[in-house]
Amino acid sequence: MLYREAGDYKTSYVDDAQTFPIAFDRWRYYVVLVVAFAIIPVFISDYMAKSVMIPFLVFCIAAMGLNILTGYCGQVSLGTGGFMAVGAYASYKLMTAFPELNIFFVVLLSGGITAAVGALFGLPSLRIKGFYLAVATLAAQFFLVWLFNKVPWFFNYSATGQITAPPRSVFGVDVTGPEVPAWGAYLFCAVFVFLLAWLMRNLTRGRVGRQWMAIRDMDIAAEIIGVNPLRTKLSAFAVSSFYVGIAGALFFSVYLGAAEPTEAFGINQSFLVLFMIIIGGLGSIFGCFAGAAFMIMMPVLLKNLMVDGMGWPTTIATHFEFVIVGALIVAFLILEPHGLAQLWRLMKEKLRLWPFPH
Amino acid sequence: MSAEFLYTIEVILNGLLTGVMYSLVALGFVLIFKASGIFNYSQGVMALFAALTLVGFQDGQVPFAELINAVLGTEIHGFGWEMPTILAILCALAVMLLFAILVERIILKHLVNQEPIILFMATIGLAYFLEGFGDLMWGSDIKALDLGLPQGGSFWIEDMTVSWAAEDSGFYGMYIDKLDLIAAGVAVALVVALTAFSQYTRIGRALRAVADDHQAALSVGISLRFIWVVTWAIAGFVALVAGSMWGAKSGVQFSLSLIALKALPVLMLGGFTSIPGAIVGGLIIGVGEKLFEFAIGPMVGGATENWFAYVLALIFLVFRPQGLFGDKIIERV
Repeated sequence: MLYREAGDYKTSYVDDAQTFPIAFDRWRYYVVLVVAFAIIPVFISDYMAKSVMIPFLVFCIAAMGLNILTGYCGQVSLGTGGFMAVGAYASYKLMTAFPELNIFFVVLLSGGITAAVGALFGLPSLRIKGFYLAVATLAAQFFLVWLFNKVPWFFNYSATGQITAPPRSVFGVDVTGPEVPAWGAYLFCAVFVFLLAWLMRNLTRGRVGRQWMAIRDMDIAAEIIGVNPLRTKLSAFAVSSFYVGIAGALFFSVYLGAAEPTEAFGINQSFLVLFMIIIGGLGSIFGCFAGAAFMIMMPVLLKNLMVDGMGWPTTIATHFEFVIVGALIVAFLILEPHGLAQLWRLMKEKLRLWPFPH
Repeated sequence: MSAEFLYTIEVILNGLLTGVMYSLVALGFVLIFKASGIFNYSQGVMALFAALTLVGFQDGQVPFAELINAVLGTEIHGFGWEMPTILAILCALAVMLLFAILVERIILKHLVNQEPIILFMATIGLAYFLEGFGDLMWGSDIKALDLGLPQGGSFWIEDMTVSWAAEDSGFYGMYIDKLDLIAAGVAVALVVALTAFSQYTRIGRALRAVADDHQAALSVGISLRFIWVVTWAIAGFVALVAGSMWGAKSGVQFSLSLIALKALPVLMLGGFTSIPGAIVGGLIIGVGEKLFEFAIGPMVGGATENWFAYVLALIFLVFRPQGLFGDKIIERV
């Protein structure tokens, strides 16, 4: 009854083309924003921020990035971990080379550098397709991680080979370094998530997004109707890497604080993000959020349930996590190939008709 | 002959033997890809699982011991007997056959006619599942696998080659692992057996028919589902061979499943549809990465084996997208 277009009269083209055409959706959107920016920061605890909220926000950004490439443009990539490492090391080099530069711009610039690297590794996509490309992106993954391990310039010749984020602040509030208030780090990440989600929404419903989708659906046909495959694929790689780079920069500077490439940005990170978008839903922004929330929350819940609740050893909980994630991936691909986002869409369809059955 | 030249020969020989090991894993990929068009990412984990099962049976471990202990509070670890190797191999084969049947029943049947990339991702899920399941079943500690095969360097080759170089050149003969030599022999035997199987048996002919054209095979009365079970069972058998060879070499542990990642560039070089391609690709990658590490590695900090194979395959693919021996890719709108 509440959720329908009927009675919501649009009187201008701007109204007609808005992102949320249904009034209930608009209000829901504002409520989410208020909760995210005004309520959660007041009540957030250190534990909540460290183990749930910040990884969730960071991986939302990474999932959005991979979803642009895989969900919208149809190019499967297994190099997400490597590109996150580029973002992390770019932010580290920028933070130590220009100490007076604001961390906000450091993160943005790291995204830009990652975009350039991503476009470079995207070049083979013009010749290689499908899972040949997926395997080719593994080259990026292994090569980049090796590079950051072996070239001392990247970690400023530190003896351990680790990189550590120096303290930086925004408006006088620390967001990186040892003494960060939970709400500060949370808000810093949330602002990026909001801006990037807004950008992604508007990119994907415009000309660029439609070109991506045309290439995804059938690249030869798209080429024939005048979509330039070079520009389209490279722009998808660049934008996707921009997002992933920002995620990597935040993951290192705000979440981890200190990082070492093999552990923090290994191949498992690539698979984690890929699973997020499969479970969440390919080609959907809501899917990125749902998938990231699911994949971040599940290990925490499992650990609470099995280790603290039933007193089992941690190793068993970890093994169960693998079993459950694997089974869920297969189950989702069989039952609902479009992921959680499709369930959400179906729910909205049903709501639109409610309380009538047809 | 100069010592440098002999060193290079030694590196090439070792590279060839490592390449054979890669080819063993790659073979399983090619079999499944040809028969069902599925790029089976879980092949490496299947090798790990098969090796774990083999060791588990050999040592008489109780499956799910850790879990049972945690739930029931008991303290059981083993049955207390040791199984002869032959029997353990047969049991592991039975488990892989059961696995093939279950995969067909539970997963493949429902994913018929999906896009290849969906199937690929499903096998990634399967790989995760199997990895966790294997660890739950047999425990995640590193296990030694003893098949009674000879270990260590071959003294015969070392003694023979040491006389080739000058007395004071500091060359002490070539080091060739005996196990590598045996693995190479096993790989050759496996390829011959598989080729004979697909050329001269009834089921082999059906396999080739399905690989050629699914619909045509269906129309002459070949059961696709049966063929899929057969292929996955054969892939399970290949996984068992590869897993026990790698396991005997470096212990049965998680890193075994990572050799699957190494088999991917091998496949890309050789082409996904060609068994000779998998062998040649494996040899090229094996020799290439060893030579590169030997010649260029020390200049850039070493450990180039991690990425060399992928970059080589990537560069190669840009010029020949279907691989060395793959079928030509034809695209239509």
